[in-house]
Amino acid sequence: MVAQPSKLNVDSLTVWYGDKQVLNGISFDIKPNEIFSVIGPAQSGKTTLLRVINRTIDFTPNARVRGLVEVDGEDVAHVKDIYGFRRRIGMVAPLPVGLPLSIYDNVAFAPRSFGLSKREELDELVERCLTQAALWDEVKDRLNTLGTKLSGGQQQRLTIARALSHQPEILCLDEFSIAIDPVTTMKIEDVLKELRQDMTIILVTNLIQQARRLADRTMFLLNGDLIEVDDTEKMFSGVARNPKTNAFVAGTFG
Amino acid sequence: MWLTMPLLHRPKWKVVGEGLVEWLIRICGVSAVIFVFAIFFFVFWEAKGILFGEDRLDLWKFLTSEEWYPASESNPRYGASALIAGTASVTVLSMLIAVPFGLGAALFISEFCGPRLKEVLKITIELLAAIPSVVWGFIGITIMNQLVMRIFGAPIGLTVLNGAIILALMSVPIIVSIGEDALKAVPDSYREAAIGLGVTRWQMLYRVLLPAAKNGLLAAVLLGVGRAIGETMAVLMCTGHAVNNPFNTTFPFLHPLDSVRTLPATIAAELGETAQGSQHYQVLFVIGLLLFTITFVVNMTADLVVKGIKGK
Ligand SMILES: Nc1ncnc2c1ncn2[C@@H]1O[C@H](COP(=O)(O)OP(=O)(O)O)[C@@H](O)[C@H]1O
Ligand SMILES: [Mg+2]
Repeated sequence: MVAQPSKLNVDSLTVWYGDKQVLNGISFDIKPNEIFSVIGPAQSGKTTLLRVINRTIDFTPNARVRGLVEVDGEDVAHVKDIYGFRRRIGMVAPLPVGLPLSIYDNVAFAPRSFGLSKREELDELVERCLTQAALWDEVKDRLNTLGTKLSGGQQQRLTIARALSHQPEILCLDEFSIAIDPVTTMKIEDVLKELRQDMTIILVTNLIQQARRLADRTMFLLNGDLIEVDDTEKMFSGVARNPKTNAFVAGTFG
Repeated sequence: MWLTMPLLHRPKWKVVGEGLVEWLIRICGVSAVIFVFAIFFFVFWEAKGILFGEDRLDLWKFLTSEEWYPASESNPRYGASALIAGTASVTVLSMLIAVPFGLGAALFISEFCGPRLKEVLKITIELLAAIPSVVWGFIGITIMNQLVMRIFGAPIGLTVLNGAIILALMSVPIIVSIGEDALKAVPDSYREAAIGLGVTRWQMLYRVLLPAAKNGLLAAVLLGVGRAIGETMAVLMCTGHAVNNPFNTTFPFLHPLDSVRTLPATIAAELGETAQGSQHYQVLFVIGLLLFTITFVVNMTADLVVKGIKGK
């Protein structure tokens, strides 16, 4: 049987901040159009993993990365066009980061920076992204107000719209629901189910049940160790291979 | 029960002592305000004779005439406009030099240099800020004077340009340190979010960082201006001390190689020579009031701008 080519392939990835090792040689791969969730307690290295994938870790001076990360078979450490590469990855941070720009400009920021300047095309793109992020109806009458004036949940959807604005192939969400209410969370979860038609989604989540609701496969990280990665159903049914996984998903960890 | 006893029965000296300390602190706080008003009142008091007396100063003439002959026996004239122009010329030119340098340095320190170099630069700039102004004046009279004469072929080097360069060197540390604070106050998550969108570092700087820090940067510039307007000693020494209006109506509108005299320098140079209470003496206090007003407005504006940042 020929294996399906993976969208993202991680092999023996090790990361240090200074002398502190925070990812201990983890290996896994993610299939195209999969929703892949990453669970684990705080400080496990989940955010670090995402920062390696979109190479924003370059901006942490004392970080060192070993091992291989490939997107579509291309080694991310040696991409030729780093800006073009980063646009292939969408990133949504735990706390919404409304850039100090209007709602419209938040979404138009990335497309403009790589040369899209026709007003109609931008208008259409902004509307499409905001609609995809389930925010359009709430903001269509005030696209020129500051993005930071929106409520927390709205701002988080704005950052999702912004991440979609450069039409990424992989969308990374880092504990996106940590600062928003359950209703908005459910709204965004519905959005993600739609988006998986078009892209691969890496969902780092603090809500174990969210992984269960959405993910095809789930990975459990603990203090930089990959404890287990498997079909979500298996991970959550209490019959996972590693007893730590069973304890963590049952909430009796520790 | 016994645990609360010491609180209920505190010794009398403690109660009185704390009350005293509280009052002391209160007086310290209030005195700052009182001093400012007292100084303003004093300056005003010394000037009031010539402002409201019978032989009063023609304020219009004071502000528009270039004739500054305060020591003339027969016909003393008090036209401060050349002095105002002198102050303005030195301040404007120094800001044209200091603002780009200062903001550029702040950006470099905050965004581009490594942690080691950053420490070194910050300490150096603090040292620069600690140099007394008379030392700057000395540098102006000796080194700058020579340089201006050699490079521009000017007959004397004590000019607007000289004073402006020295003033720029004095205000750059303020602009850098406050500007750097403003940039540092922009959360890293902004930078990372922008970079994550696949924009270049310059696009991130220009579209995200500068707009986010713009109030703080503006405050840095205004405080630099305030420093430049109020500076006395260095400018007195560097600008040649000639009453002269360096502006004119044809391009380039400002003669940087003219000698000028500024408002603060005039007070510093002439106050010692006048009889207390004389007309000349009082006019110098009017100049003091004028300066007080200008710096007050600049500082207030800077303050409001800074408040604007915090209010957001
Ligand atoms: N910039 C940094 N410098 C040094 N240590 C860091 C940095 N960022 C994260 N760490 C450390 O790396 C470890 C993993 O952090 P992180 O990837 O944020 O974990 P998680 O997202 O799972 O909470 C933590 O111990 C954290 O303190
Ligand atoms: Mg995290």
